[in-house]
Amino acid sequence: MPEKSWKVIPDVSRKAAVALAASASLALLATACTGQSGSGASDDASKDTTINFWHAWSAPNEVKAVKSLVAGFEKAHPNIHVNVVGNMTDDKINQALRTGGDKAPDVISSFTTNNVGKFCSSGALVDLNPFFEKSGIDPETTFPKAMNEYTRFDGDRCTAPLLGDAYGLYYNKTAFAKAGIKTPPKTWSEFEADAKKLTIAQGDSYKQLGFMPDYHGWETTTEHYFGQFSPTYFNKAGKSNLATDPAFEAGFRLQKKLVDELGGFKKLETFRSKLGDEWGPKHPFHTGQVAMQLDGEWRLGMALDAKPNFDIGVAPLPVPDDQAAQYGKGYITGTIAGIAATSHKQNAAWEFVKYITTDTDAVVGFSNGIHNVPSTLAALKSPKLKYDPRFKTFLDIAANPNSTTSPASINGGVYLTTIQQLGYDYESGKVTDLKAALKKTAAQIDTDIAQAK
Amino acid sequence: MSAITLASKRRRSALRTLAFMSPWLIGFAVFFAYPLISTVYFSFMHYDGFRPPTWSGSKNWTYVFEHYPFFWPALRNTLWLVLVMVTLRVVFGLGVGMLITKIKTGTGVFRTLFYLPYLAPPVAATMAFAFLLNPGTGPVNSILEKAGIPAPGWFNDPSWSKPALTLLALWGIGDLMVIFMAALLDVPQEQYEAAELDGASAWQRFRFVTLPNIAPIVMFAVVTGVIQTMQYYTQPLIAGKVASGVIQGAGTQFEPGYPDKSTLTLPQLVYNLGFQRFDYGSACVVALVLFALSMVFTAFLMRRRGGLNLAGD
Repeated sequence: MPEKSWKVIPDVSRKAAVALAASASLALLATACTGQSGSGASDDASKDTTINFWHAWSAPNEVKAVKSLVAGFEKAHPNIHVNVVGNMTDDKINQALRTGGDKAPDVISSFTTNNVGKFCSSGALVDLNPFFEKSGIDPETTFPKAMNEYTRFDGDRCTAPLLGDAYGLYYNKTAFAKAGIKTPPKTWSEFEADAKKLTIAQGDSYKQLGFMPDYHGWETTTEHYFGQFSPTYFNKAGKSNLATDPAFEAGFRLQKKLVDELGGFKKLETFRSKLGDEWGPKHPFHTGQVAMQLDGEWRLGMALDAKPNFDIGVAPLPVPDDQAAQYGKGYITGTIAGIAATSHKQNAAWEFVKYITTDTDAVVGFSNGIHNVPSTLAALKSPKLKYDPRFKTFLDIAANPNSTTSPASINGGVYLTTIQQLGYDYESGKVTDLKAALKKTAAQIDTDIAQAK
Repeated sequence: MSAITLASKRRRSALRTLAFMSPWLIGFAVFFAYPLISTVYFSFMHYDGFRPPTWSGSKNWTYVFEHYPFFWPALRNTLWLVLVMVTLRVVFGLGVGMLITKIKTGTGVFRTLFYLPYLAPPVAATMAFAFLLNPGTGPVNSILEKAGIPAPGWFNDPSWSKPALTLLALWGIGDLMVIFMAALLDVPQEQYEAAELDGASAWQRFRFVTLPNIAPIVMFAVVTGVIQTMQYYTQPLIAGKVASGVIQGAGTQFEPGYPDKSTLTLPQLVYNLGFQRFDYGSACVVALVLFALSMVFTAFLMRRRGGLNLAGD
């Protein structure tokens, strides 16, 4: 009996196993092997036409704001109709940009600013410079400096900013008053002192933590810290500046000092694992467990919705002591919009992109609906903007010429992930020789970029 | 003339056979041969998904094996899971199957209880486990602490994250339990009776009667377990994301294998390289490594299958 079983079942299993192993490990890639991008078209934007617009917004208020934005455009351009497709993920957008076709988008918007380098270098999105020139619009005087930077790569401006995110400091005013702190910190030295004053121990944990410095502390990522140090990520030859620009070392050392002074990595991580998640009402800043928080402009609305039992204060993030004159700057990123190279209605598509990214009233209206920072200098000053007075801090950060961003790279945000990985190793004590690690990481970034070229 | 007729008949017969086989042949060509050949081809090409592929020789292979910092940790994790998780799943599945076949009353209830977790969607099950095993707020650690047992960091501790994933896999043991129960119930009762008459102990009955009879099923469980584990993607990804507290949405960075790359598996690299770094060539290299590993494990297990036939033919 056992012998008979051996002759039948294992043979079948083997074939099945071999087939399963082969097909399953390859199925992931089966869809990745087709499609090329095409060239643009010289359509007549004054004729009646319909364009497809794909975006990633999905919340009801966001969808409503997009509808209102599109309605405004269609009113201004009655001959161009916009077919809106929302809640599109990056994967779907990328696939559609490769394949093209009647149902593919003519205009896309994406939250993944890091993909601009790939979109531009690959030609998946068309260079908007000729369109800007044709329309007499100067992007340098239209958009804030940092937004200009993250929407182009290597001289190719294949995207335009469509609202932005600015990062600042949220603080618990009630906790500040109890700790005898009168104003939010302006330099990192003041910040360190305040974070320690605001920290109240409870057993081997915290009743209140002044600040969660860990890189896993939601928005306390390396690029958001480093933004305050105004680093230059790449040199003119396109090589990583990580080991040569002292801003990076200063940023890493500041964060590590905060980690050590506020209780050490292990204690902070144990505390962090007990806290609520970033997008829920139990976020530790809402609950008062953390007194200061590095975060984007959206946190204000979320924190107010959570109805905390303290007053919320908002300020720019501190700057290094030797850059005190630049207090007010911050890290900027945002949503991007571009025209698909596969589109045969690029002129009509440009009319739409031009409207949603440069028309002051359109940008202001959209910003009021989405609660993000407007992405043109004119819109940032518009009296039609509706906001909580505290939101003004983020408008000022966005307009500040010293505000920074992380530049587009040919392989997307890989260099940021690599830097972040060094951050994890350094804060946990796995890496002790920071200078050597910076050199090694810079070499890794250069290798990754060479691989992508 | 008769020779021509015979040749014609044979040709017609061959064509008829081919026609009957064509659905399978088409499926094989489209879903196996084409992806396999394409994957090998693209592993030697520079291809970002947008521009036409260009020949890059062994560049992708060198990059993955020598410069891609996540490859070796992911390979180590995948092998760990194959060796530990698959073994424990097979042993546990067999144990549960044997226990339930022995129970006289309430068999249906226990069978249902053990099978139900298998039906839970992987994302929901992993999220539930991540909350249960949360070091700070999870009930498991609360109970351990009350009992005076040092509570592990589970998904937040690199040395405990894979054991935690193994626990999750053991919780969803329903599939193997059902297969083993069917095999165990199929073992001829008279063989046990003969062994008992010969004075065989419980262990000897298991060793010389049960195991040889269910050996093909054990082999099936191991081989399919190895293949499933090679494709292990959803659970480690979700566990890492939930435990890190950073929900990866559009526009955020891919954080590989939180904590400290310990939950990184090879299929995650295929996604990272292909769909986030736009480096389809290197993604194909990792896919081929997965393919080769699956083949090696399967071939090894098939060659060793005699080792399980302990009855001594």
